Amino acid sequence: MTREITFSQAIREAMSEEMRRDSDVFLMGEDVGVFGGVFGVSAGMLDEFGAERVRDTPISEAAIVGAGLGAALVGMRPIVEIMFADFVTVAMDQVVNQVAKARYMSGGKANVPLTIRLVNGAPGSAAAQHSQSPEAWFMNVPGLKIAIPATPYDAKGLLKTALRGEDPVLFFEHKLLYAVTGDAPEADYVVPFGRAAIRREGSDATVIAIGGMLPLALEAAQKLEQTGVSVEVIDPRTLVPLDVETMAASVKKTHRAIIAYEAHRRGGPGAEIAALLAEQAIGYLDAPILRVATKNVPFPYNPDLERFILPTADDIMEAVTGVVSYQL
Amino acid sequence: MNSPNLLDLYRKMFLIRQFELRAINERRSGLIPGFIHSCVGEEATAVGACAALNIEDVITSTHRGHGHLIAKGGDPSYMMAELAARSTGYCGGKGGSLHMSDFDLGILGANGIVAGGIPMAVGAALAFQMRREPRVALAFFGDGAVNEGAFHEAANLAGLWSLPVIFFCENNLYGEGTPQHKQAPIRDLSQRAAGYGFPGVIVDGNDVLAVYEATREAAARARGGLGPTFIEGKTYRYRGHYEGDPMVYRSKEELEAWKQRDPIIHWREKLLSEYGVAPEVLDDIKARVRQQLDEAVAFAIESPPPPPEAALMGVYGDTHDGRVF
Repeated sequence: MTREITFSQAIREAMSEEMRRDSDVFLMGEDVGVFGGVFGVSAGMLDEFGAERVRDTPISEAAIVGAGLGAALVGMRPIVEIMFADFVTVAMDQVVNQVAKARYMSGGKANVPLTIRLVNGAPGSAAAQHSQSPEAWFMNVPGLKIAIPATPYDAKGLLKTALRGEDPVLFFEHKLLYAVTGDAPEADYVVPFGRAAIRREGSDATVIAIGGMLPLALEAAQKLEQTGVSVEVIDPRTLVPLDVETMAASVKKTHRAIIAYEAHRRGGPGAEIAALLAEQAIGYLDAPILRVATKNVPFPYNPDLERFILPTADDIMEAVTGVVSYQL
Repeated sequence: MNSPNLLDLYRKMFLIRQFELRAINERRSGLIPGFIHSCVGEEATAVGACAALNIEDVITSTHRGHGHLIAKGGDPSYMMAELAARSTGYCGGKGGSLHMSDFDLGILGANGIVAGGIPMAVGAALAFQMRREPRVALAFFGDGAVNEGAFHEAANLAGLWSLPVIFFCENNLYGEGTPQHKQAPIRDLSQRAAGYGFPGVIVDGNDVLAVYEATREAAARARGGLGPTFIEGKTYRYRGHYEGDPMVYRSKEELEAWKQRDPIIHWREKLLSEYGVAPEVLDDIKARVRQQLDEAVAFAIESPPPPPEAALMGVYGDTHDGRVF
């Protein structure tokens, strides 16, 4: 039976259902227990699972990520929450040098079933250290998988895949998606990694929308339809592994590609996707591949300044209009 | 574990010493391509500490980790093969000296990052506590590591949650090329423990039995639910931070003074004088160790290197055959 749930509820359900199913799964992080998570994602879980499995930690990102790794190496399946993705910098050695490489360095022997949930995105006036979308930093680190769901259905299904896997997963949750609602079945299901979703079919241009950009891309596509422009919207769902086949196939059909992401434009996830599309589909392109992303400055506090640097639905529309009218 | 096998303490210390010397030679001969941080002179901390652990207990190690691995039961042949970058090595030739592990023996890994393994040991201890298993995690680290944030965060967490973990600091007086007194404003690094609510004890790191006793007590505390212990074993490395280190930062006199307190000679004399062990018994152990290392080196030489495509395997576990994507 399918019902409507929020993105936040989807994540809570995925965690709770896996914790009921598997006693090795537990959650730890700053204020995940009594507080219920600073965004309320784990609200109520302490009552059901107790303080040992819904574990409040000190503000010690390196220790909790490293402890997650150690617990995973001896057979647990920890979920570690990084309250704001920006704070992962404090745990950078653990994520990059320890977690990501543990399996490879051991000659493939180490299982690292560790899921790190990171809250990303600019929610409004959170300024430079609470607004970032640092996914691409980690795309450059072999050994990590990166999931970035955009719908409640995917949030639940991808998180379950992460929790049942044997590899470390960085699971990015955009703050402004938490309240978004969508259909999700009550029955158990998983969403596999490495399979993009075509959110809307179209023929004139492909917009690849990552995470929190999906609602904006769909809004732009809907408005463009009224002007006679047909946009295909693709949600990659995971950045590592990345379903380049689905994206390239779409671009071969529409001949135009735009990548929309909230990370900073330079070196963001769209840069890698653009390179892959150029490698695999450049002969089919009728216009340059464009990136719609956050301008290359730290996030400002002032709301008008923040709006000025963030990518919008209008920016996507403008980019689509540009590539559709582009003359080779 | 009630009492250690006294002869085995000797055998393992001698094995570590000889392993290191052979590895240094084989690096010079060209068999070993990477760098080595040898633990010659520090054998008693590794052996004494691991003698107080059970096979189910786990350790995390450091860049100077060969001794820890051998002490916890690691196989010198797989170690030598790994140093020689062979497919039969502990990591299939992909880890090297800094990243050897053996999960069956509870060796969660050496580490190339100072203090990098400490949070990992705390996490293993958390798992043991949550599953009500009477197991202990022991993190080896050097004096340099207690100035890293990861140590402090991990020690705080372990103290807060009374985790069954032992913080074992091998204080060899130098963090790379800088003496301890230029790196920390305290003389005894075990003082750090007080800030995290658990005991810090100092032990003669060149006295294998003293190290064993201190670790046994710490392990009993941990298993009894009383939480962590910080053990500072004062010791000294005879060789440089790495092989090839010119060692301009310390005097020959200092080195010679420490060699007068050599852990292996010290223990040998004790076995002969206090425990009535016949010299032939110890000589026999030495001969067998040398034989074992001849075999280890031969195993490494005879083992094939990994095929080039092995570089692309083992990145991930459960998809794409572990291949890169």
